[in-house]
Amino acid sequence: MSEDGILCGEFFMNGDVACAEGAISAGCTVFAGYPITPATEVSERMSERLPQVGGIYIQMEDEIASMNAVLGASWAGVKAMTATSGPGFSLMMENLGLGVMLETPCVLVNIQRAGPSTGLPTMVAQGDMMQARWGSHGSYEIIALAPSSPQEIFELTITAFNLSEKYRVPVLIMSDEAVGHMSEKVVIPRVAPEELASRRRPNVAPERYLPYEPDEDLIPPMAIAGEGYRFHVTGLTHNERGYPEMTAEAQDRLVRRLVDKIRLNRKDIIRYEEVGVEDADVIVCAYGITTRIARHAVQQARDEGIRAGLLRLITAWPFAEERIRELAPQVKAFVVPEINYGQMVLEVERCAGKARTLLVPHMGGDVHLPQTILEAIREAVQ
Amino acid sequence: MTNMVTVADNPIDCYLRVDRIPHIWCAGCGIGPATGCFIRAIHRTGLDPDKIALVSGIGCTGRVAGYVKLDSFHTTHGRALPFATGLKLGNPDLNPVVFSGDGDLIAIGGNHLIHSARRNIDMTVICINNFNYGMTGGQMGPTTPLDARSTTSPYGNFEYPFNVPYLVAASGATYVARWTVLHLRQLERSIAEALTKPGFSFIEVISPCPTVYGRMNKLPRGLDEMRSYQQRSVIRNGADPKDADIALDGPIVVGKFVDIERPTFWDMCKQMLDRAGMQKKP
Repeated sequence: MSEDGILCGEFFMNGDVACAEGAISAGCTVFAGYPITPATEVSERMSERLPQVGGIYIQMEDEIASMNAVLGASWAGVKAMTATSGPGFSLMMENLGLGVMLETPCVLVNIQRAGPSTGLPTMVAQGDMMQARWGSHGSYEIIALAPSSPQEIFELTITAFNLSEKYRVPVLIMSDEAVGHMSEKVVIPRVAPEELASRRRPNVAPERYLPYEPDEDLIPPMAIAGEGYRFHVTGLTHNERGYPEMTAEAQDRLVRRLVDKIRLNRKDIIRYEEVGVEDADVIVCAYGITTRIARHAVQQARDEGIRAGLLRLITAWPFAEERIRELAPQVKAFVVPEINYGQMVLEVERCAGKARTLLVPHMGGDVHLPQTILEAIREAVQ
Repeated sequence: MTNMVTVADNPIDCYLRVDRIPHIWCAGCGIGPATGCFIRAIHRTGLDPDKIALVSGIGCTGRVAGYVKLDSFHTTHGRALPFATGLKLGNPDLNPVVFSGDGDLIAIGGNHLIHSARRNIDMTVICINNFNYGMTGGQMGPTTPLDARSTTSPYGNFEYPFNVPYLVAASGATYVARWTVLHLRQLERSIAEALTKPGFSFIEVISPCPTVYGRMNKLPRGLDEMRSYQQRSVIRNGADPKDADIALDGPIVVGKFVDIERPTFWDMCKQMLDRAGMQKKP
């Protein structure tokens, strides 16, 4: 560990711990959480580590409070995070919406477990992917990342903070119990200050500052509490001054911008990895832990002479729809394995054109067998 | 010669968003007078207004955030306290004030209230209690007195209400007071004390709501409800909060009930860091 308390080196750690270390490396100094399996280790690690870097961990009375404390901390000018799973994620939805509406940078980690309801608290699923997109009420866009290893959750936690600071939107890390609880080698580099983004600050005097007057990229500079800007922000539909404006016109102007600031910047936001898609007849589109099984299935298919490829979604939201549309004309089918009964497959399907889309559902509790995905690949090329 | 007095002469205008006036509150409502007490209290304490962050939830009182010229946050229903907690965690130099209503703080936000008091986190809470949900048209809530009528207790409320000062004191608040909006001087002084006192301070402000609560409970004009509260108020500083129940027509015990010292959340945090051999940055 370096003098400032930030880890650097090679470690054997689980995904939850790696996530916490990613947050520390990203400069997170406030964590507000509530214990819930299988995300508890993120909280435990943060409670140990934050005091070592001058930050603070607080255990709130529930996940609703956790989400709000994170928003408040962000408005006080620091980087803040919470981590939860299933039921806790549901409880955070209302104030995730407040975060979107106030344009508050912060990171929300969901170590997904199987539901509905209490479901299988200690076991894996990917059943919250559509909730991540649509879980809070109203029209909005969100950013969600899906790591597939402890190493990647470390890296994507830093990315999540960077994207949230840049776009002034809560960023979700949609991980899962398998990634959260698996232990692997994690290489923690020294993250240089220039690799870390910070929200754009106002460069006008307080009396001329309009909290929601966007720059050309549709993102408004953000003042923080205590600096004399004396700004007002509200979850009500508001104008550039931040004042409530109860009209259809104000609603159109605001919500259109909240959506467009993500949609129009999606090339900068969307990340994916491709393996052997150039000549593929069938592409497996997967994310999170499921990509690791899909990789085997694709390799086995190649061994059988089937031209299979893998499209691994790193950014789940906004969805990589352009890439699917580009690939669609060359393939017979997309195979979409996911640990739910069909969520991201709906996105693939709407972009697949004439290509078939095959869902390989798995209800959760454990992961797919490579064989199951391989059979779907075989079926896809028939 | 006419003696001209202009609005700009008012020394507390600098704390108001005058461009948002007129406000939305009804004639006879107590939120305006309470807001006046609050900004005069800031003025009186000489605290740096730039360091005061006002957080409101949802409802009539939630709109206070939109009228004060401070860093002000109009958040979601019931969640002002955890939001304010986050502000304090992010910047301990801030002085968060939560200004919200009884439905917001005691019903949907009740869990946050008791836990914020338990932590003794350094903030001031001003809770307007008008005994009902005003903005949605006058429904009963956890502060509605027994037998009071509301749009959802048309035959009289049969649920026991909370004794709010008792609840908050039992949860660990180090400053607890109750005034009506007719006790302008006492309320202003109380808010000033609360703003400058470390720890969790809570002031309940009994406020008329003539448009809905008053109208449904035989106090149809603002003045009727104010007169009722004035006549029923009994000042008992230092009273045991357990004796501060409010009945539909009974006495309203007001005063400063609790003013004690207890290490705050930050004091306790610093002690923990000292024990662990770590320095606290903020």
